[in-house]
Amino acid sequence: MWGYVLKRTLSIIPVSGVVAVLAFLLLRLSPGDPAIIMAGDSATAEQIAAMRSHMGLDQPLVAQFLLWLSHILRGDLGVSLHSAVPVTEMIGGRVGPTLALAVTTMTFSVLVAIPMGLLAAWARGTSLDRAIMALAVLGFSAPVFVTGYTLVWLLSIKAGWFPIQGYAGLSEGFWAFARHIALPALSLSTIYVALIARICRSSILEILNEDFIRTARAKGAGETTVFLRHALRNAAVPIVTVIGLGAAFLISGVVVAESVFNIPGVGRLVVESVLARDYPLIQALILLFSCVYILLNLVIDLSYTLLDPRIRY
Amino acid sequence: MMPPARSLAPALPVHAVPASLLRRAAGNWTVTLAATVLGLMVAAAVFAPLLSSHSPLDISPTTRIKPPSAAFWFGTDMLGRDIYTRVLYGARTSLVVGVVAAVLSIALGLVFGLLAGYFRLLDAILMRIMDGIMSVPSIVLAVALVAVAGSSLGTVLVAIVIPEFPRVVRLVRGVILNARTEPYVEAAISMGTPLPRLLWLHMIPNTVAPLIVQGSFILASAILTEAALSFLGVGLPAEVPSWGNIMSDGRKFFQMLPGLIFFPGIFLALTVLSINLIGDVLRDALDPRLARRR
Repeated sequence: MWGYVLKRTLSIIPVSGVVAVLAFLLLRLSPGDPAIIMAGDSATAEQIAAMRSHMGLDQPLVAQFLLWLSHILRGDLGVSLHSAVPVTEMIGGRVGPTLALAVTTMTFSVLVAIPMGLLAAWARGTSLDRAIMALAVLGFSAPVFVTGYTLVWLLSIKAGWFPIQGYAGLSEGFWAFARHIALPALSLSTIYVALIARICRSSILEILNEDFIRTARAKGAGETTVFLRHALRNAAVPIVTVIGLGAAFLISGVVVAESVFNIPGVGRLVVESVLARDYPLIQALILLFSCVYILLNLVIDLSYTLLDPRIRY
Repeated sequence: MMPPARSLAPALPVHAVPASLLRRAAGNWTVTLAATVLGLMVAAAVFAPLLSSHSPLDISPTTRIKPPSAAFWFGTDMLGRDIYTRVLYGARTSLVVGVVAAVLSIALGLVFGLLAGYFRLLDAILMRIMDGIMSVPSIVLAVALVAVAGSSLGTVLVAIVIPEFPRVVRLVRGVILNARTEPYVEAAISMGTPLPRLLWLHMIPNTVAPLIVQGSFILASAILTEAALSFLGVGLPAEVPSWGNIMSDGRKFFQMLPGLIFFPGIFLALTVLSINLIGDVLRDALDPRLARRR
């Protein structure tokens, strides 16, 4: 098993390498002199010359890439063109709200989706099943910004239960935090709930055909035991897989939701950095989001052995 | 991007499809409804100039931010443009972007998928690159591409296709790898069938059914991505009537005139929903292995 852990962990190297090349090429492929782009429009001739030697622009492309990579591995991702602050610092200050939003969304989605999937599988073929699955397709099709604005219109503007936008950290008290995070998390979770509920239902239905389910029923186990102890536990692997794959939706959703709800997180920073053409920041954000995604899927792949003792590598 | 629930196994031969498809579609009212909605959207896109007496670009300073009325069915935006007209033309933008992006992704995915599935040497390299592209979240990659190349229709298309096509590559590669082990393919190879003929007659037909389904989901996802990019202000140029752009214009006036967001939003959600519903039925009809679970 440790062999597998090592092999799987090492497998992120080529993928990360491709991501690094993509992020590197993005800047080199953009029209204009990379040194001027990285130094900013207002840079003096000396600053541009310094940037040129820092980036090794007089060397071959491969050498430039290696130089760039060595900077990145040492944590030097460059300085923002607009605030002159290191981009790592800028991103660091924005991680909190995004993390809070993502964790709230994931927790809420899992808590809602798994009972939904179980219920649909239990009532398979009935109108309840069809209603839940229709809801799932609806959740999958509703764009985050449409759901977001609908919730704001109904629950904030009309009912006045929630603030219209903005963010409050946990330091401002749990109640303020919860009130601000509720609507963004709710609008982000529709896609996630739909994904998880669907996979939960279909994996449980598949598992219900297995021999051990028949054995359990033959022993006289009640339906609750069959569903929760035997079926759901065995559906854990596909459910966890879809949670990992759904992280990509979550990341995309965060970018949109933070703009809708005016949350000062990393997602909105992506849009701000693009509108301001802040290339060092864009590059750093691509690397950050990709690393999070790659590492998350690594953790999920490795967790299979814990979830299902039958999986041995 | 596609959820795993939609991954496809190689399906039935193509000629077996239409009968079972029709049987499933008939009597299924959700599909009828979805097809009707989609048909209406296509009609709105095609006949937009006939359905409105306004122009989607005409600025009118005297009628800015007006609520819906007999003259302006959905109201007007901050430049006095008629929202109803812009939403109709928005259907045109969305469907064109969606269809072109889906066709491009499928074409690219088919070519690279065939290469990866057939030439083992290329496979390892190609699939690592595809894994790399797929691990950059699509909207971040799209936004970054727009930052580099500026906002235009071409950039938005590239920004949608690049994150999308690796998934098609993976799908086609899987189908081809499977087909290669089939006795009829082995027979064709042993008879000395030339490669182009082998691919065209024995391999590609296997990919048609899964690609139709995948194509419908790419269509929905491309329409959503374009809307999201335009909504964020990094998509199509601001004057282009697209649902995302109309909503982006409406953000500042949401409390005053929520229709600026809701009208295009409803059109967007209905279009994506009907495409997804049709895609679901297509998948069940084309992939009997999944349908049997119901």
